[in-house]
Amino acid sequence: MDTISKEDIRKPENIVYKRTELLTDKVMSYCPGCGHGTAHRIIMEVLEEMGIQDKTIGIAPVGCSVLAYEFMNIDMQQAAHGRAPALATAVKRLNPDKFVFTYQGDGDLAAIGTAETIHACNRGENIVIIFINNGIYGMTGGQMAPTTLEGMKSSTSPYGRDIKSMGNPIKMTELVAQLPGTIYVTRQAVHTPANVRKAKKAVRKAFENQKLNKGLSFVEIVSNCNSGWKMTPNQANQWMVDNMFPFYPLGDIKVNED
Amino acid sequence: MTEEILIAGFGGQGVLSMGKILAYSGVMGNKEVSWMPSYGPEMRGGTANVTVIISDERISSPILSSYDTAIILNQQSMDKFEASVKPGGILIYDPNGITRHPSRKDINIYSIDAADEAAKMGMTKVFNMIILGGFLKIKPVVQPEFIHKGLEKSLPARHHNMIPENETAIEKGKDIIKPVFLLN
Amino acid sequence: MSMKELRLMKGNEAFAEAAIRAGADGYFGYPITPQSEVMEYLMAEKPHERTGMIVLQAESEVAAINMVYGGASCGKRVMTSSSSPGMSLKQEGISYIAGAELPCVILNAVRGGPGLGTIQPSQSDYFQSTKGGGHGDYRLIVLAPSSVQEMADFAPLAFDLAFKYRNPVLILSDGAIGQMMEKVELQEQRPRFTEEEIRKNTPWATMGKTPDRERNIITSLNLDSHVQEEHNIHLQAKYREIEKNETRWETIQCDDAEYILVAYGTSARLSQKAVDIARAKGIKLGLLRPITLFPFPTQPIAELANRVKGILSVEMSAGQMVEDVRLAVGDKVKVAHFGRMGGIIPSPPEIVEALESKLIGG
Ligand SMILES: Cc1ncc(C[n+]2csc(CCOP(=O)(O)OP(=O)(O)O)c2C)c(N)n1
Ligand code: SF4
Ligand SMILES: [Mg+2]
Repeated sequence: MDTISKEDIRKPENIVYKRTELLTDKVMSYCPGCGHGTAHRIIMEVLEEMGIQDKTIGIAPVGCSVLAYEFMNIDMQQAAHGRAPALATAVKRLNPDKFVFTYQGDGDLAAIGTAETIHACNRGENIVIIFINNGIYGMTGGQMAPTTLEGMKSSTSPYGRDIKSMGNPIKMTELVAQLPGTIYVTRQAVHTPANVRKAKKAVRKAFENQKLNKGLSFVEIVSNCNSGWKMTPNQANQWMVDNMFPFYPLGDIKVNED
Repeated sequence: MTEEILIAGFGGQGVLSMGKILAYSGVMGNKEVSWMPSYGPEMRGGTANVTVIISDERISSPILSSYDTAIILNQQSMDKFEASVKPGGILIYDPNGITRHPSRKDINIYSIDAADEAAKMGMTKVFNMIILGGFLKIKPVVQPEFIHKGLEKSLPARHHNMIPENETAIEKGKDIIKPVFLLN
Repeated sequence: MSMKELRLMKGNEAFAEAAIRAGADGYFGYPITPQSEVMEYLMAEKPHERTGMIVLQAESEVAAINMVYGGASCGKRVMTSSSSPGMSLKQEGISYIAGAELPCVILNAVRGGPGLGTIQPSQSDYFQSTKGGGHGDYRLIVLAPSSVQEMADFAPLAFDLAFKYRNPVLILSDGAIGQMMEKVELQEQRPRFTEEEIRKNTPWATMGKTPDRERNIITSLNLDSHVQEEHNIHLQAKYREIEKNETRWETIQCDDAEYILVAYGTSARLSQKAVDIARAKGIKLGLLRPITLFPFPTQPIAELANRVKGILSVEMSAGQMVEDVRLAVGDKVKVAHFGRMGGIIPSPPEIVEALESKLIGG
C-alpha cells in the first residue's frame, strides 16, 4: 500500500480546504464552541469566493464581536451600540459600488438598535445585515436580551424571563420580513456542518442580492452563547436545538426573487 | 495592624472567593476591610487577582502597588507580582505549574502544595481553603472563630454543609506550608 | 435582621440595596460594564415583593432615561444607572429633566473614554457631569462617593436633595468603587411615598387632575423667549442656593499641611495613602476631598490656598477638576495637575513623586 506523506498532502494540488485569507492570524477571543467564530468564517469565505473583499466594508457594533475588526481582514468600522445600520446606510449611499454589511448581536439589533434596524430595513437600504441571535447579552456577562426565551435564566432575569413583567421574546426576523424594503430574510444556524453549508449559501445569496442592487438582505444566525447560558459547548448546542429552534425556526422567511 | 494582601491566580482557582472569606472574617473580627478584584473580560478563564486589606484603622487606598503578603497561584502572576512584595514581606506560592520559582532575597518565601493536597483529599474545590490555612499559619490576622463566621457569611446557606470540609482544609494548609527562604 | 445592618458588599450592590431602602419607586437601566451589578442585584432581590419598587430593563439608555423622565413627572423616586458611553446617550433626557425641574437619581460608573474606551475606572466624565452635559444652561447636583459606605449613604441623600431642589442628582462613581467590597452599614427601610404624600409634597406631579386643582403640566418648552429667560434666571438662582447650602467636602491632615492634594472618589483613596507616604518622608501633605463636585468646594480650597505652598489636583483624567481648583485658588499659589488616563489608576507613590517634581522641586 502506498503511503502518503505529510508533504504530499500539503501540495497545492491536493488542498481541498484551507482557511480563508480574509481571516487574520489573530487567535479569536470567542469562547470555545461559540458560533461567532464560524459566522465570521463563512462571511469571509463568501467575500473571498465572490472576489469582493477589496470592495467590502464591514460594520460591527459592540457585543462580543466588537473585535470583529481584529479577525476580519477587510476594511471594518466599529459602531456605537445599536447604531451599525445607520453607519451602513451612509456608507452604502455614499459608496453605492461598495459592499456593506453589519454584524449585530441580538442585544444590539433587537434592543438598543431596534429603531436603526427597522428603519434601514424599511428604507430598503442595499446592504446585508447579519444578525447573531444567541438569546443573551454575551459580552456584558449574560444579561437578558429581547430575544431571551420565556423562562430562560440570565443575570438580569435570575428567576427566568417573566413575560408579564419583562415582555415577550421578539422575533426580529419575522418582523423585518413584513417590511417591503427587505428582499431576502432568512434564519440559519452554524452548529453542524450541514447547517454551516446552508448558512453560507444564505450569506452568499445576500451578497449576490446586494450586487444586483436588490435591496436589504437580512440573515439571522441562531447561535449559542455557552458562557452566558452557563453550559458546556455541547450542552449549549443541544439546548439551542431543543429550545431556541422551536421558537426561532430555521429556514427562509422571505425570498423576493424579482 | 494593617495587612495588605494580594491573591493572584487563574479564574477557576477560587481566588476571589478566598479573598472574600478572608475579608468577611475580618468584618466578623470587627476589623476594617476592603476587597478589590481585578475585573473585566480578562476574567474569562484568564488571570484573576484580588487585593484584600485588613486593618484596625480606616483603610486609605483599596488599590495598591506593593503588598505585605502576596499569595501567588500561577506562573503569570509570579512574573507580574513577585516584585510587588514589600521588602521584608511574604510571598506564598503553590509550586504546582510554576516553572520559574521566586528568587528574591529580601522577602520571606513559603511554598504550599495545595493543589496536590486537594487532589489527595479528593476535594479539589477546597484548594483555596488549603492556601488560606497556610496563609493564616504564617499571618494569623484573624482569629479562627471569625474564620468560621466568615465562612458562614460568605457561603450561601445551601453550601453551609460544606463548612466542616472547608475548615479541615484550612487546618491541612496550616500543616503543609513550608518555608523556602527566610530572612534571619 | 437588626434595623441597622452591617454587611460586606460591592459598591454597586450597596447602592442598589440602599436605593430600595431609601424608598425608591422605580429603577430603569440598560446593561453596561462596570455597573451591571446594580440591575442584577435589584432583579435578584425582587424589590417589588419587599417594597413595591419596580425594576425594568429598558431597550437602551435613551429609553431608560426617558422612563425616568416619565416616572419623575409623577413625583416618584426614580433612578437609573449607567457608565460613560451610556451616559452620553442619556444627556438629551437629562437636559429635559433638568429643564422641567424634576427629581431623579442617576449613577455613572465612569470608565475610560472617549468612545467605547475601556471598562477600567476613570474620572474623565468630570466636565460632562459638573458643567451640564447636555444642551442648555443647567447643573446637576453631583455627589462623589469614595467608599462603599458612601455608595450606600448617597442613595437616600441623593433622593432627598433631588426632591428638595427638584433637580437631578448624579452620583459619580467608577468601577473601582463599584466592584470593591467594604464593610457597610445599611440604613433601615423607609417607606415609599404614598399617593397622598405625593399630591401634598409635590403638588406639581402629574398624578391625575383632581377637581380641586388646575391641571399639572411637565414641560421644558417655552416658546416665548422672555418666559424662557425667566425660567433660566430661576434655575440659576436655584443653583446659587444649592451652592450656598449643599457644598460638602472632607479634609484629611490639612491643619499643618504645607502642600495639599485635591482629589475625589477613587483618586481620593489613593491620595490618602499618598499623604501617609509623604508624611513618612517628612513632607507635610494634606488632602481635601470634594464630596460634592457641583457645588464645588471653592471656598475651602481658596482658604487653604492662603496658607499652603502648592496644590496638586489628582484625577484619573487629563485634568478637568484642576480647572475648578485653579478658579478657586487664583494666583495665590501654584496649582498643578497629576493624572493617569484611559483607565489606568495612578499608584500612591506616583502621586508623591508628581508632588515632588511638579510642586516641591519645581
Ligand atoms: C451605549 C452603550 N450601552 C451599553 C453598552 C454595553 N454593552 C456592550 S455589548 C452589550 C450587549 C451585547 O449583546 P449582543 O448584542 O446580544 O451581543 P453578544 O455579545 O451576545 O454577541 C452591551 C449592553 C455599550 N457598549 N454602549
Ligand atoms: S460570551 Fe457568549 S457570545 Fe461571547 S464569545 Fe462567549 S459564547 Fe460567544
Ligand atoms: Mg447576544
